[in-house]
Amino acid sequence: MKIMKFFLAVSAVLLIPCFAVHSAVDVAVDKAPINIDDKESLKRGAKSFVEYCLTCHGAEFMRYNRHRDLGMSESDILGQLIHTGQKVGDLMESAMRKKEAEAWFGVAPPDLSVIARARGADWLYTYLRTFYRDSSTVSGWNNLVFDKAAMPHVLHRLQGQQILSTNNQKDEQASITEKLEVIVPGIMTESEYNDFVIDLVNYMVYLGEPHATHRRELGEMVILFLFVLLGFAYLLKKEYWRDIH
Amino acid sequence: MSKQENSIVAWIDKRFPMTVTWKAHLSEYYAPKNFNFWYYFGSLALLVLVNQLLTGIFLTMSYKPDASMAFASVEYIMRDVDMGWLIRYMHSTGASMFFVVVYLHMFRGMMYGSYRKPRELLWLIGMAIFFVLMSLAFTGYILPWGQMSYWGAQVIVSMFGAIPVIGETLSNWILGDFMLSDAALNRFFAYHVVTLPGLIVVLVFVHIVALHQVGSNNPDGIEIKANRNPKTGIPVDGIPFHPYYTVKDIVGTVVFLIIFCAIIFFAPEMGGYFLEYNNFIPADRLKTPDHIAPVWYFTPYYSMLRAVTVNFLWIDAKLWGVILMAAGVAVFCFLPWLDRSPVKSIRYKGPYFKIALTLFVISFFVLGWLGTQTPTPLYTLLAQIFTVVYFAFFILMPWYSRIDKTKPEPTSVTK
Amino acid sequence: MTDSFDRGEMSGRRRFLLVTTSIAGAIAGVGVATPFLRSMMPSERAKAAGAPVEVDIDKLEPGMLLTVEWRGKPIWVLRRTEAMLETLEKLNAQLADPDSLREQQPAYAQNMTRSIKPEFLVVEGVCTHLGCAPTFRKDIAPADLGPDWLGGFFCPCHGSKFDLAGRVYSGVPAPTNLVVPPYTYLSDSRLLIGAESKESA
Repeated sequence: MKIMKFFLAVSAVLLIPCFAVHSAVDVAVDKAPINIDDKESLKRGAKSFVEYCLTCHGAEFMRYNRHRDLGMSESDILGQLIHTGQKVGDLMESAMRKKEAEAWFGVAPPDLSVIARARGADWLYTYLRTFYRDSSTVSGWNNLVFDKAAMPHVLHRLQGQQILSTNNQKDEQASITEKLEVIVPGIMTESEYNDFVIDLVNYMVYLGEPHATHRRELGEMVILFLFVLLGFAYLLKKEYWRDIH
Repeated sequence: MSKQENSIVAWIDKRFPMTVTWKAHLSEYYAPKNFNFWYYFGSLALLVLVNQLLTGIFLTMSYKPDASMAFASVEYIMRDVDMGWLIRYMHSTGASMFFVVVYLHMFRGMMYGSYRKPRELLWLIGMAIFFVLMSLAFTGYILPWGQMSYWGAQVIVSMFGAIPVIGETLSNWILGDFMLSDAALNRFFAYHVVTLPGLIVVLVFVHIVALHQVGSNNPDGIEIKANRNPKTGIPVDGIPFHPYYTVKDIVGTVVFLIIFCAIIFFAPEMGGYFLEYNNFIPADRLKTPDHIAPVWYFTPYYSMLRAVTVNFLWIDAKLWGVILMAAGVAVFCFLPWLDRSPVKSIRYKGPYFKIALTLFVISFFVLGWLGTQTPTPLYTLLAQIFTVVYFAFFILMPWYSRIDKTKPEPTSVTK
Repeated sequence: MTDSFDRGEMSGRRRFLLVTTSIAGAIAGVGVATPFLRSMMPSERAKAAGAPVEVDIDKLEPGMLLTVEWRGKPIWVLRRTEAMLETLEKLNAQLADPDSLREQQPAYAQNMTRSIKPEFLVVEGVCTHLGCAPTFRKDIAPADLGPDWLGGFFCPCHGSKFDLAGRVYSGVPAPTNLVVPPYTYLSDSRLLIGAESKESA
């Protein structure tokens, strides 16, 4: 009975913050349908990441050989992920020099190692799909969730080029991408491109916390053990407290 | 065998008061037998302190207190150090859980009048621990050198600039620079890993010594020492701390660990409350994040800081905010002398106190929630109202606690 | 009230629960200690820095010593001449472990020349006494080392002597032969030091 009260009180206290869970960003974003346990998706995402992102961005807290988590062997990693002559134990550095990048984009492209933890998967998923042509910006591109982003739409050959849609009367529940329409098609269809972005975002979530799967697995064992310990400790307490009248 | 054991004990006892200490503080320290749920949090606070010290030492082995390396060294701990992520999450979760248990521990004291005579000094030592704990949390939060570390510290240190005349010199002296930089990071690291932990350990020791001098309060708020067994001199309502409360605290500890581990392993960010999202962006002194909120345990006081929007008397709004915030923490120190009720425990206090305490708790939570939000005119008004309620609990206490309708206290503890 | 807490009359049930809870607590203690102890092992960064190194040996002149770094330790690659190899046999009587019986080398280097190919010696340049770096002394019968010296390695710290296969002399402070690290030939002119193959690296 007392234990129940303990549980209830503590969980009530812990739940309080959850009523006001604040999101990383305030704009409306689409929910990213990612699955961190889908290793094949992560591998596809890793390949896209090194091909498209790593040319300008770094992921300099991540070592290539860490991708063994995804079931890749060292020769897989060397062959499929390393295009810069680095070693498997090296950090994923950008191919571009910081100074040059600053000159080109005005700001150095941020490191992407923990970007998914800062921005959230949903934001990334939306961001990568909502670039549109905007002649008023330096790069000629703009983005629905990141106004005047310095980054041009590097994936436009895959997605195609979009502009702001003229008929803005969409219902509230619809995806934010409804606000855009394609004017120049890319080499992928809309659903192919969505899948491509899902893999990429999935990978960036993995990249943010590569140990996440291990963390949860270990956690299950620890909690299970603690419940066994709780059983013994509770019986021991009851046994001693029989003395107290 | 046992004879030999005894001779070793005797050898030590001649040179160190081992058995005497054991008896005085554990096996013959008599605690009231009616401790309830709320009495777990003292021992849990000690557990979390040990967790913080231990994990902190191991984090220090890999962390670099250098503005150009700090952020990367935290990710180095998270990725390259074997099991480093676990140690780091134990520390970051421990920081928040420290405040959870300390707030509950303080609330227990407020409910059962644990601050009342003869425990005034015990309460004040506890408040000193609370101040040091807040300083520890603040200096520790700077170390990852993310955006929230940087701008949170910027806001807090700017508060010192609000002090008239010496403000600017003082904040430069605190920072060792004209803005928040490597120099400040390096010295806050020194405070966080040497000065403040040393201080808190000493204060916790003194807190326990003071507790064992006056004896524990209990949910009935009566002194068990007033009712002793005439033959043995042992309090009738007392039981030896060891083994009875040791085995009971073990149960509490395991339940706490289940919750603690659930957070560490399944929700280490705790929805952005224990690890803020913006702190995964390296500190950038040219760009403030759109939305800065301190970590949850500071938000009630942060709300008070923001609540003052008008200049009043000769003091401007900014300084009033700082004064109010400091007062919001310090006001607990006066509780022993504000409470004029003839009884200690809420069980025998009247409706006025119960209403006042309820309003206080509500205002604490509302202010805490408001502190996480971007201010709007409505939110600022709410913060002002609840700041008044918060302080009214204390300021009006001498009045309402005296006229309240209390019930008579029992002579012996109840179940 | 408290009198039953007396070691003399502790019930069987109480004793059982005390023991089982203590055991479970001890397991918890070991579980907690594990991550802390593991965190002190070389990190991924240290492992990456200690990755096997590749060395070109075709430009190494006969009789010359090349020093490379692996895991922060000096690794010597010595290209031995015929004359140098001939000295090895002659010294057997003066050595502590002439047949390399103690495990100071991988199995493929447990032979007369302590190497895969006789010509190339690969050893760690760390004295097995207290970790100083011995010096390469190929001069024969120098004044300080005496007329019997046929060339080898001499540790200036405490005077340990090793022959041209890194074998330790008897009667010197160092107890064992110099350590041969794992290595392999990627080609005739290229060595990989620190691993037996590229995959196992």
